[in-house]
Order: sequence, then structure tokens, then C-alpha cells
Amino acid sequence: MTDPTDLLAAIAAAPDLATLDAVRVAALGKAGSVTALMKTLGAMAPDVRLIEGPRLNALRETVTAAIHQRKSDLDAAALDARLASERIDLTLPVSPGPAGTIHPVSQVMDELAEIFADLGFAVADGPEIEDDWHNFTALNIPETHPARAMHDTFYMAQGGGVADEGAGPPRGTVLRHLLRTHTSPVQIRTMLKQPPPIRIIAPGRTYRSDSDATHTPMFHQVEGLVIDRGIHMGHLKWTLETFVKAFFEVDDVTLRLRPSYFPFTEPSVEVDVGCSWAGGTLSIGGAESWLEILGSGMVHPRVIAACGLDPDEWQGFAFGCGIDRLAMLKYGMTDLRAFFDGDARWLRHYGFKATDVPTLSGGVGA
Amino acid sequence: MKFTLSWLREHLETEASLAAILTALNDCGLEVEGVTDASAKLAAFTIAEVLTAAPHPQADKLQVLTVATGSGDVVQVVCGAPNARAGLKGVFGAVGTYVPGSDLTLKVASIRGVESRGMMCSMRELELSDEHDGIIDLPADAPVGAGYAAWAGLDDPVIEVAVTPNRQDCMGVRGIARDLAAKGLGRLKSLPEAYRVKSFDVPRAGPGPDVRTDDPVGCPAFFACSVSGVANGAAHEWLRRKLSAVGQRPISALVDITNFIMLDLGRPLHVYDRAKLAGALTARKAIDGEHVVALNGKIYALDATMTVIADDTHVHDIGGIMGGAESGCSAETTDVLIECAFFDPAGIARTGQKLMLTSDARTRFERGVDPGFLDEGLEIASYLVLELCGGTASAVTRAGTPPLAERQIAFDPARTRALAGVDIPTGEQAAILTRLGFAVSTRDRGMVAVPSWRRDIDGPADLVEEIVRIHGLSHVPSTPLPRAEGVARPTATPAQRTERRLRRALAGRGLNEAITWSFIAPAAAEPFGGAAWTLANPISTELAAMRPSLIPGLLAAARRNLDRGEAGVRLFEVGRRYTSTGERATAAILLAGTARARDWRTGSTNEFNAFDAKTEALAALAAAGAPVERLTVLPPDDPWFHPGRSGRLALGKAIVATFGELHPRLAGDLRLAVVVAEIYLDALPPARARRARPAYVPPALQPLTRDFAFVVAADTAAETLLRAVRGADKVAVTSVALFDRFDLGDGRVSLAVTVTFQPGAKSFTDVEIEALSATIVAAAAKAGAALRA
Repeated sequence: MTDPTDLLAAIAAAPDLATLDAVRVAALGKAGSVTALMKTLGAMAPDVRLIEGPRLNALRETVTAAIHQRKSDLDAAALDARLASERIDLTLPVSPGPAGTIHPVSQVMDELAEIFADLGFAVADGPEIEDDWHNFTALNIPETHPARAMHDTFYMAQGGGVADEGAGPPRGTVLRHLLRTHTSPVQIRTMLKQPPPIRIIAPGRTYRSDSDATHTPMFHQVEGLVIDRGIHMGHLKWTLETFVKAFFEVDDVTLRLRPSYFPFTEPSVEVDVGCSWAGGTLSIGGAESWLEILGSGMVHPRVIAACGLDPDEWQGFAFGCGIDRLAMLKYGMTDLRAFFDGDARWLRHYGFKATDVPTLSGGVGA
Repeated sequence: MKFTLSWLREHLETEASLAAILTALNDCGLEVEGVTDASAKLAAFTIAEVLTAAPHPQADKLQVLTVATGSGDVVQVVCGAPNARAGLKGVFGAVGTYVPGSDLTLKVASIRGVESRGMMCSMRELELSDEHDGIIDLPADAPVGAGYAAWAGLDDPVIEVAVTPNRQDCMGVRGIARDLAAKGLGRLKSLPEAYRVKSFDVPRAGPGPDVRTDDPVGCPAFFACSVSGVANGAAHEWLRRKLSAVGQRPISALVDITNFIMLDLGRPLHVYDRAKLAGALTARKAIDGEHVVALNGKIYALDATMTVIADDTHVHDIGGIMGGAESGCSAETTDVLIECAFFDPAGIARTGQKLMLTSDARTRFERGVDPGFLDEGLEIASYLVLELCGGTASAVTRAGTPPLAERQIAFDPARTRALAGVDIPTGEQAAILTRLGFAVSTRDRGMVAVPSWRRDIDGPADLVEEIVRIHGLSHVPSTPLPRAEGVARPTATPAQRTERRLRRALAGRGLNEAITWSFIAPAAAEPFGGAAWTLANPISTELAAMRPSLIPGLLAAARRNLDRGEAGVRLFEVGRRYTSTGERATAAILLAGTARARDWRTGSTNEFNAFDAKTEALAALAAAGAPVERLTVLPPDDPWFHPGRSGRLALGKAIVATFGELHPRLAGDLRLAVVVAEIYLDALPPARARRARPAYVPPALQPLTRDFAFVVAADTAAETLLRAVRGADKVAVTSVALFDRFDLGDGRVSLAVTVTFQPGAKSFTDVEIEALSATIVAAAAKAGAALRA
């Protein structure tokens, strides 16, 4: 079969690669018809060859190209056929994997650390199993003070001990172990440990013998302390305003300061934040209604003296605030007890993504 | 502390509105906790008289009443109250009236076939008390048709304020009035003016009672007089109403008088029935083993630290806390002794705490009552007893002296500016202090004398507080804290950063952070070595032991979750465990149940196993900055783990974590896998502050891998082989990965590893590769592994 028309028709009609290869062998193989024609070139007279040479070469190239083309068409068709058979249902569901969460209390602690870091407050820490000197006495709460009863203290069954020489309780003081009722003893430990100026916050677990819908025997507080020269209540007010604005991410924040009483501050101030209950949901801002959010005051001269500092030289302010309550106000939980149940459904709902890291540039409200 | 607006006005002459008074109370530091005006919700209820009462034809316990309401026709009412009778005057609610205590609106009703048009009400139905044994029975002179609330004085708002423990002086209405007057709301009336008398001059006859104090520390002053020939019935209406309005139950005239003076003036008193006393009354320390039956009916065992009032035979009063039942006043009482004493606040607090006994008297005495008000207090009490109960008063006996040393504070008005940041003119400062009862010396500049009722004031800072709270805290100007220059510096400690990273790493891996109680049941602590710390006064035995491990709390939470139908639980907690040597930063992980839910791709579920715990432990340690590649796995040492399916992770000699399957004794009942890990953050080496990394250029040449299959004894730890292979050539071998483990069934296992060789400057030659392989086989052989044939 050396008629190019027939040959090209056979190539175009080859239904599969095997047939096409057979055509190729029949045409271009060692014993192929085109190959045979090419072999005749050597025996031709030069003038004939001059004409036949290019013609035969052209024939071979045409056939070769046609085979390539057909092969590529067959490959493409085969691929199309394969792909058509490879269709999958992409509406089938995929598992997102388990969704881990950060507890709201941890999240709020991180938010507080971020806000206060910008104001130059470091994060300080202290023991939860405290002694009564740090938790009460040094904070100007003597044993018979009614405030001790107010605190509903958990005492430890294990014996306390007697204070040694050193910073803190006077040598020989009989110490009783208890679970700290507030984060305020961290004030004492910090003042005993580092010289002023001091700016710290101290978040952590605190304990009181109290249990109902709004109280749990364990809860979280954050303490703030500033000791420096010339610090007064105006600084306290500004700091709390700045904190509340940053924390709730609301500029229209009104604080109401009410005189109050804490043995370790003088003057003492309770702070309410203006809020609204419009539509049954709480929003921070305005002055329609008031929510008590923290206690504060100027550190009592006796507390400063108990830490070995001169109250005529150093003064400052302290504040304490419930972290669980802050979280509830900001994120809308209503039951404090659920915080400590470990209910995975609650944690998934109220928890925060690992990537919700509070930062000043990205915002402290996840 | 509760009081009514009209009561306040007896001491405070004021034009101020209720709203202004409430604002001023808050501004003074007397936090308003509530205001109730019962008259609003009771406006529709009127006084009515029952004209006739006849048995209901169809019901034994019901009566059919005809009631005169004072307006128009007589109304028929069906009533079930046992005390309903003809002639009774009571409180009527007409059809259409909302009854707050029952939460219903009255309609014309047919009760067992008899029409009823309205209701005669009980106290409970009006939410005035819990009294519901019968309908309200008013005095015969109650005016029919008048509004009940107004007639009963209920249109007098009841204000409740929180009094902070330092302000004993405000535990009486007069002290509150004084603060408000100082605040500028009006004028504080004199005491006789408040009591609407010219003076209290009580006529006295005969010697005072025989009282003394043998305990000058616990009871430095014991003043008393007696009154003979009293009649102790129900107190006058005005007094009963006043007490009822603030939630005090009227008892008898004598008792009500002492309660009134306590609420009005903050001065607790006690009245004894002299007929029950034998000989002199003495304030003394109790004798160990003595007992007294107190007015609350309970028996209290006393000891020698407690101050009591006793006669010649026994104790009659827990001094300053609660009187005794035996010598209390009754309807038969005719001769009384009125005690007005001063008890040491610290002693009262100790005794009250020890006896776990609270009372209104204790609340006041332990905060320190006015030591300058004994004579006046006794005089006013005598006056009221004579007024309300009649009788003849004796002279006053004064045993001991109250602690009345004058207290002077040197005060520089500049202190106000320094501490409060607010400028208040010196004259204004002095005026505020004067209105509060302080004496600001005009001669001796800077000296301020503290009034006897302000025990809480003892330094210049206290005076600043007084001045600022009366001047108004809203005037304190907000002043920015001085700011350090430049960008705020990082403030977290390395430990804090570690905890934050660890939390977010685990949350990122799909675990939920929980916070569980620091205290657990002692029985739950027992398998974990027991608690080093237990509470002396736990809230319940379930919360009595400080946790020695975070695992029991997470296990309890996991149980609750599984009970609620969660298939797989992934929890972690970062907190402290409490050991005898301190509180240790710890992270714990618990995985229970299904690791992967049933899925169309993977088919069946699979449960967590010890290797999942190991995975999370290593991830946590890596996040915490531990050099994970240097960790070694040691066999378990803790009894709460499955002995064969758990281990410890060590960094050098330090155990930094434990992990594995919980012992079936702890979680076997759950019938599913519970695996845990505990990371001892306190055992981790401190992170090195290293900013610049070691120099590194990625190798130019491609690494090559070779697989080796080794046969080892089944009890050989895989780690032994892997460490040997890794160590065979520390330069060329960059990783060793175990990709197959096959149990040969004859006490041996096959372990297959892929070893990666990284060429340096030049590619490895075949000879070099052969040599490396031989080194690896040799190293494995030393570890007891033979190349698998």
C-alpha cells in the first residue's frame, strides 16, 4: 500500500494504538511500503532521483506526521475517556478534624496581659496556698477584723509554721495556711521582692467558701498594683478607664467611682461601669444602668510599711477584679458554674480558637 | 441596713427628693442595694369590713362573706380563711385587681356554685410576709374604704444600703443622716428634736442596780439602770410598723425598744427580766464548761476566752452577742434591768467566730460602737421604756469606763491633693470634716480630733478619704499614668510564655482547654498518692483535697462528657498541682473514647491508645520549648497508669512528663480507652535566650535513603535499635524512621527502618555507601539486632 491517500486514510481510521502501530510498521517499518520505496532511491538515475527524492521524503514525512497526529488524537481520547470514568462526588463531606479551644478565662487573661503590657504592667504571680500573714495581716486585716469573716476563707488542715528571719512576716509570727481569698497577697510578695517603681498585674485562681448561681468556691481574679512617687487617685481613675475602654473595645465608657472600704486601701473605691440592657442584652457604654466591676483604692500606708517601704516616699494604687465576671460581661456567658465543668459542648461554644491570639495590633476582642 | 424614707427624715431635715437622696447615698459610699415602695403594687387594695359570715352550702372549709368596702354596695366574697368572721376588718381586693403574691388578676368567680366578687387577702398574697394562715386582721379602728397601703404606712419607700465594715456609725439611721447632711442634703437634727422631745430627762428614784465588770478588757464599761413596774405588752402601732417596714418582727414593747434604738442609733442594748436574776450582774470571762441557752433557743458551750454577763449563779448573756433565753422579757415581766455596755470589738469577733453565732448586736459591737454614747443610749432607752411600758426608773450604775481617749490626727490639707489628685480649698476641707463631726482646731493648726463614733479613722489617709467622698469622687480628674518612652516592652515571664504557647499548641491540635477545681475528693486523690494538702473547712467532701495531679479533675470531666453522649473527649488543662513542697506548674491531657468518628472514607471508628497520649505529650513538650529530640522513654513508675502501656519521658535525669493508658482500676468501668499525659512544666529546663540561629546553608546535594530490616528479641525496646542506628554515623545519618514492625511469632520481631544519608561536599561513592551500611549493621548488632535474612 503505497498510495498515500490510502495510507493516510488507514492512519486516520486506526481505531486504537495497536492498529495504528501496525499501519506504521506496514508503512515505515524495515519492511514497510514507504521504506521499500525509499530503498529504490539508491538505484535511480541521478536526474530521476532529483525528482523522486524530495517526493518520497515528503511522503514519508506526511505519513509520519499523520501517525503522530493520530497517536496524539487517540491519546487525548483515551485520557478523556479515563477522566470521564474518574468523576467523583465532591459534595461528599470531609471531616474538619477536632476543633480545639482556649478556655475563656485563659483568653481574658491573655487580653488583660496584652492591654496592661502596653501600660507597662508586668504579670506577677504568687502561691494559691498562702499564709494568713500575706493574705490578711500584711494587708491590714488583723485577726479579729470583720473583713476576715467577710472573706469566707478556706483554711488548710495542715499546720502552718513560724516565720523565719527574712523579708515578710516578723520572725516568730505564727502562720496559718489557707487558700488565698484574693490575689492581693501578690501585692505584698511583689513589694517585698522588688524595689519600686512597680507596675504589675497578677491574674490567678482565688478561693472562697461560697457556692450559688453567681459564686463558685474557686474563681479567678486579677490584681493590679502601681507603686511609685506621686501616684494619686487621678492616675487610678485614668488607668481603669483606659483598661475598661480597651477591654470592652468601647470608647463611650463611663465609670462611676463610689467610696467603699477595703482594709488595704485608703481611700477605697468601688467602680461601676455604665451599661445598657436595651433589648434584654447587656452592652457596655452610656450611663443608663451601672454594673459593679471592680474594687480599688490607694494602697494603705500600713500595707506599704508592712512591705518595708517608706509610705511617705512611695504611694500608689491597687485594684482587683473578677476575671470570670469580665469574661461573662464581654462574651455573654450567664452561668459561672459552667466555667469549671469541662463540658466539651460549652467549651466548643464559648472557647476561642488557638489562632485568636489577642494582640494590640489585631485587637483584644476575639 | 434597711430604713424608710420617713425614718430618715426624723433625723435629717431635707427638701431633697428620693432620687437625690439615693444618688447621695451612693456618692457617700453607702451603696444603695434596693428601694422598695410597696404602695405602688398595693394601690388598689382597700380596707373592708366583713359584715356577715355564713357557711358555704357546698364546702366545709369555705365561708360566704358579705363585705362592706366603703364604696357602694356590699360585696359577696367566698373565703377559705379560718379567721374570717363577722366584724373583722381586713384588706380587700376588688374584681380586676392584680394580686402580686398569687400572680393572678381577680375575676368574678363561681366557687362551688356561689358567686365571689373579690378577695379578702393574707399577708402572703400582698407579698408583705410569708404569713398565710389566715386573712389580714386589722385593728377595729381601721377606716373602711381607705387605701390599705397608705393607712399602713407602706407608701414609705424602704431603702436598703450596704454598710461597709468600717462604718459602724452607719448601722443606725442617724449615722446615715449625718453623712447625708455632710453631703449637703439637709440639716442633721438634734437627738431630742429627732425624738420630738425637749429633753430626755428621765425621772430617777432609788439606787442603781448592782452591776460590775470583772473583765475590764472584754467589757471595759457596763452601765445599767432598772425600771420597775413596767407592762410589757405589744408595742405601740408606730413602733411595730416601723420595725415591720424594715423586716424586723415586732416581739414585745421592751424587745422592740432595744431593736429600735439599735437600728435608729446603732446602739445595741439588752433588757433582763430582774425576776430571773439572782444577785449582782457581773461582766466576766466565762468558765470553761459553762453553757447558756441563748435567745435563739440554742445551747452554747462557753470557754474562758469569752466575755459573758452572769448573775451569782450562772450566765445570762453572751456579752454583746446574744442574750440568754432564761432572763429574756416576757408578757409577765414587771421589773427590768437595762444594760448599755461597751464590749471589746476584737473579743466580740473572736467569740462570735468561735461560737459561729451572728447577731445584729455582734455585727455592731465587733465593728466598734460609739464608746461616747453609753449614757445617752441608756437615757433614751429609759425614756422609751417609761413612755411605752410605764414604771419607775432607778439611778444609773456605771461600772468601768469606756475607752474614750481623744484621738488627734496631724493633718496637712496638701495631703488631699497628693493622694487624691484633686484640689479642694482648705476651708472646704475643714467644713466637710466639721459636718462629719470632726473637730478641726483653729488654734492648733493642722490638728483634727476624731469623733468617738469614728473608730475607723486613724491617719491622714482616712481624712483624705472622708474629704474626697463627701466632696465627690466624680471631681477626681482622670490623669494619665506617666508612660515609658518608646514601644511597650514585653512583660511576660518565660514561664508565662511557655504556658501560653502550650495552650495554643494543644488547642490548635484539636484539644479543648478545661478548667477544673483545684480541690477534689480525697478518694479521687488517693490513687495519685494522696493529697499533701487538705481543707480544714471544705464546702463539701467532694472538694476537700488539693489535687496532687490534674488527671482526676480531667477524668471526672471526661466522665461527665461521656455520660452526656460525647463519643470522643479531648481535654487539657494548664494549672497547678499541689505537693508537700509547693505548687507546681503542670499541664495535663486526657483523651477518651473515639479518636476518629465513623466516616465514609475510613469506615469504622478507632479508639485512642497510649501512642496518641505520647503524640500529644511530645507536641506539648515541643511547644513548651523542650528539646524533644533528647527525650528518652522510661518505664512507668506511677500506680495510676497501666503498667504495660505507659511510660515516662525523661530529659537527662529529670522526668518531664508521664503518659499512657490509665490503670483499669481508675477508668475500667468506662469500658473505653482513657489515655492521659501529664507535663511537669516545673521540671523543664529554662528556655535559653537565644536570638541568632546557628549558621546553616541547606546542602546542595540530594540525600539518599536505604532500607534495613532488623530482627530483634520481642522485648527489645525499639528505641534501643533506633538510637544505635542514629548514632552509627552522626554526620552522614540525618534521620532514621521506623516504617514497619512485624511480629515473627517466635519471640522475635522484625523492625524495618529507612535511613537517610546526607552527602556533604561530594556525592557518596558506591564504596562509601557500602561502608555506611556496614557501619549501621554493625551498630545495630551491638544493640542486639541482626540484619534480617
